[in-house]
Amino acid sequence: MSDKLTRKLRGPAPEALDAARRFADRAAAEHEADLAYTTFDSPLGQLLMASGERGLAVLHYLDEPLDEALEYLSSKRSPRIVESPRALDPWRFELDEYFAGSRQRFDAPLDWDAMTRFQRAVLRATAAIPYGETSTYTGVAGEAGSPRGQRAAGNALGSNPMAIIIPCHRVLHLGGGLGGYTGGLHRKHYLLDLEAGRL
Amino acid sequence: MSEPLPPFQTLLDNHSEDVWRTLRAMVGAQAAEDCFQETFLAALRAYPRLRPGSSPRAWLLTIAHNKAIDHLRRPRADELETDELEAPPAPPPPDRDVWGAVAALPPRQRAAVALRYIGDLSHREIGAAIGCSEEASRRSLTDGLKTLRRQL
Repeated sequence: MSDKLTRKLRGPAPEALDAARRFADRAAAEHEADLAYTTFDSPLGQLLMASGERGLAVLHYLDEPLDEALEYLSSKRSPRIVESPRALDPWRFELDEYFAGSRQRFDAPLDWDAMTRFQRAVLRATAAIPYGETSTYTGVAGEAGSPRGQRAAGNALGSNPMAIIIPCHRVLHLGGGLGGYTGGLHRKHYLLDLEAGRL
Repeated sequence: MSEPLPPFQTLLDNHSEDVWRTLRAMVGAQAAEDCFQETFLAALRAYPRLRPGSSPRAWLLTIAHNKAIDHLRRPRADELETDELEAPPAPPPPDRDVWGAVAALPPRQRAAVALRYIGDLSHREIGAAIGCSEEASRRSLTDGLKTLRRQL
């Protein structure tokens, strides 16, 4: 009896997987979850992207295990996170086009809220640098209203929550040196080459 | 410093099958989908208030149990779709026995059996989920098993 019973009770439940997916998609679409995430396979490796009600919140080079990145996101932003690729569709489309060289501007909404005022000012100035062009740390610091804050601007760029889409790769040293890049300089190189049509 | 809550998605990844199984035993496969969605929605909304360090599994199964009871108490729109009488989709004939026998148990016994043998919860956790004493939960389980033994 016990065998027959528990085999039934614990039997396969393939419906659960679909039900869980349906739940996550709906929780994301109706903003019951604070963040929806998915991974994106870019030419620069896996990216973790996450969005909330106000727009894209995170675009991160996934160099660590996904679990770790999600735990970090969970503790920094909100634990109410679900996986929903379709919730990220607007940004996935734009990134696919960008990496194919057929998009020069990102239009889908971004969430600027989880930033300090200064970081927001620096990153907005950065987002205004046109495709294929570059600016300098001094330049974006000046745009952000802090002409001598190039070091602080560097820090603000270094903790850019939305790599690529907020194009911190377009910010170089005054003399033309590459400067730094959180994702690694090879990626900065790649993005600048892509935008210059050198790929 | 307490452990931060894990991302909610890990609860879905780790426990959705057992939540589903528990609901299937409680309300039948047909109604399990709605109860499943209600369970995780309630859990997501309440998640930030989950005490760090407490078992998310027992917590989820408790919510699932409550949703199942809500469902069983709800007046039926269509009496013909009574879940307790309904077999899950396309079970081979011998399985009908098991599901039929489980469905025929009083809800508390059914819950005790499901939470014990699907959820693997302790009697204390089962008591907390059902809203009765540990003793009463043990009794419900024993009564349920006695009936099932007679019928299977």
